Amino acid sequence: MAVLARASGEEIAALMPKLPAHERLRAPETGLVMVRGRAGGDGNAFNLGEMTVTRCAVRLGETVGHAYVAGRDKRQAELAAVLDAALQDPARRDALMASVIAPLETRQNAAREADARRAAATKVEFLAMQTTR
Amino acid sequence: MYVAVKGGERAISAAHAWLDETRRGDPALPELTVAQIEQQMPLAVDRVMAEGSCHDRFLAALAIKQAKGDLIEAAFLLRAYRTTLPRFGVSDPLETDAMRIRRRISATYKDLPGGQVLGPTYDYTHRLLDFALAAEGAERAEAPQSEVPAGAVPRVTELLAREGLMQREEATDAEPGDLTREPLAFPAARPVRLQNLARGDEGFLLALGYSTQRGYGGNHPFVGEVRVGHVTVEFTPPELGFPIELGEIGITECQMVNQFKGSRTEPPQFTRGYGLTFGHGERRAMSMALVDRALRATELGEDVTAPAQDHEFVLYHSDNIEATGFVEHLKLPHYVDFQSELENLRTIRAALAREAMQEAAE
Amino acid sequence: MSVLTPGFADPVLDAQAIFRAVLEAMSRPGRIQRAGAGLQPPAPMMPSAAAVLLTLADSGTTLWQDAGEDAAAWLRFHCGAPFADAPGEAAFVLATGAPPSVAALNAGTEEEPERGATLIVQVAALEEGAGWRLTGPGIEREHRLAVTGLPPDFVAAWARNRARFPRGVDVILCAGERLAALPRTVAIAEG
Repeated sequence: MAVLARASGEEIAALMPKLPAHERLRAPETGLVMVRGRAGGDGNAFNLGEMTVTRCAVRLGETVGHAYVAGRDKRQAELAAVLDAALQDPARRDALMASVIAPLETRQNAAREADARRAAATKVEFLAMQTTR
Repeated sequence: MYVAVKGGERAISAAHAWLDETRRGDPALPELTVAQIEQQMPLAVDRVMAEGSCHDRFLAALAIKQAKGDLIEAAFLLRAYRTTLPRFGVSDPLETDAMRIRRRISATYKDLPGGQVLGPTYDYTHRLLDFALAAEGAERAEAPQSEVPAGAVPRVTELLAREGLMQREEATDAEPGDLTREPLAFPAARPVRLQNLARGDEGFLLALGYSTQRGYGGNHPFVGEVRVGHVTVEFTPPELGFPIELGEIGITECQMVNQFKGSRTEPPQFTRGYGLTFGHGERRAMSMALVDRALRATELGEDVTAPAQDHEFVLYHSDNIEATGFVEHLKLPHYVDFQSELENLRTIRAALAREAMQEAAE
Repeated sequence: MSVLTPGFADPVLDAQAIFRAVLEAMSRPGRIQRAGAGLQPPAPMMPSAAAVLLTLADSGTTLWQDAGEDAAAWLRFHCGAPFADAPGEAAFVLATGAPPSVAALNAGTEEEPERGATLIVQVAALEEGAGWRLTGPGIEREHRLAVTGLPPDFVAAWARNRARFPRGVDVILCAGERLAALPRTVAIAEG
């Protein structure tokens, strides 16, 4: 689900052209989640501010799929919910992991890796200077 | 006093039409897209998300476009929009120590685990206008990359706390107050204060933070750490009962380290001021941390002598949307109010004139 | 868990329509409104009661209910309202069986009477034109409502609830796809 939460609806749809027939238990709906932080990073919780979140729930046969994703992409939420249900089916799981989740994950990891490498290039290597008095 | 008057409709609709025209500017130039604002004015987007108290990059960029770049107006638009949405719940507290770091600096230790990572900063630029940017289609240098070193990036405050030199934060399961649900009441608990500051006006926080440095409630601060990066937001939907990842958001965190002379129950040690904000907002996070520390004066047994330490003064005036509403409402018709003031003044003046005449006559 | 059934087909418009129906019911005590057509909540929850909760309960309101595990799962999913441990701690109370006494529910405070609980009671039948004689704000002279399936001491308990005004509990009576409301201001005389 973490991978689907980070992918756009367009990206997921491109890897999953045919959507299995499903019933919407809860049509895609955008709302808010209050994001919490902690005082001092590790103290008591406080409310930092809200973020937009879109959720959807579907039924695929007997299985229920849920999705809550950051942002307002309703297509992403519905696709993620359908995939959540489909991935619970052992008969479909491996194929979907290979055709949808793995390519998305590879792409996301590459972007994160590039970010981390750019940060690493800005890491300061201190050189000791001769002390003058 | 307000009296309903009619008659402005035509003028208002003409004003709106002209507003639209001035927003668009010269139609011979290409129109700005929301995506361009989102990508190329990210720091404005971050500020609007922080002060609008709603994380959504696209909406913040749209608000900036609609507001013609007036960031307070944009934050206002975002705040108004968020009231139309249902709230699904609250996230689990962010784990900022697990941040995917773009920038992390400390002014207290040169060499520290994880190192000093500058990230995309203006700090070492020369503040010379770059006319190359005025030329469209200029070549852009690609940011260099290098091997990512292994190892954790612990919090500086944690390093000090392990030695017993940094006051530990109180960590309970207490449900924090929420300004979007309950009005501000005094004395305000620290979680409510932090929420208020997190959505406060950057200029106000900056000025107050600066005032503490100049001696108004002084307390010599050090930047223990500033970190900028991305964190995962986890949320536990009631129907699932376990946390799921909603996605990642960009945040800036500042830990300010301040001296504390100790009390009867606590030895002299360092204490923290804390700043946290959506997006990349170092000035904002640092100012917030300074003001947070100043507002802790009473709890830490310090004298309250300066504006930045005064809960009511700070918390009632930090919100630029409230402030702009109250200041700008003065533009609204006060015709009747003013007539009564005029009347009053004329009566007083007439009475004074009569007295003067009488005195002269006597 | 039984199979989870859908909530509103259109969460925004359907919730607005039900909100309007509840507003109408509260403004004209005892007048029957229709609500919940098309909903199939888990038994024993009725469509009208389900529609009211889908509209009014959310993550910011506490809920207590006696409708069993399937209904709890359905409400948790569709409303996201946190469940209260006791009826007295809830903002909304759903009674599908014998309702808790109104005296045991949160009646709000003198400063914040709006925090009083709303009790949603499922009853066997609601009919206008006979039964109770209702009087009070929102009723010109008197309005008659016959309710089948409330405990015999309800009317006496209601009189005590009304005496606490502005504090008090509001009631929504639900029968199938019909509902009628008893705001805390209404007086009930047995017919």
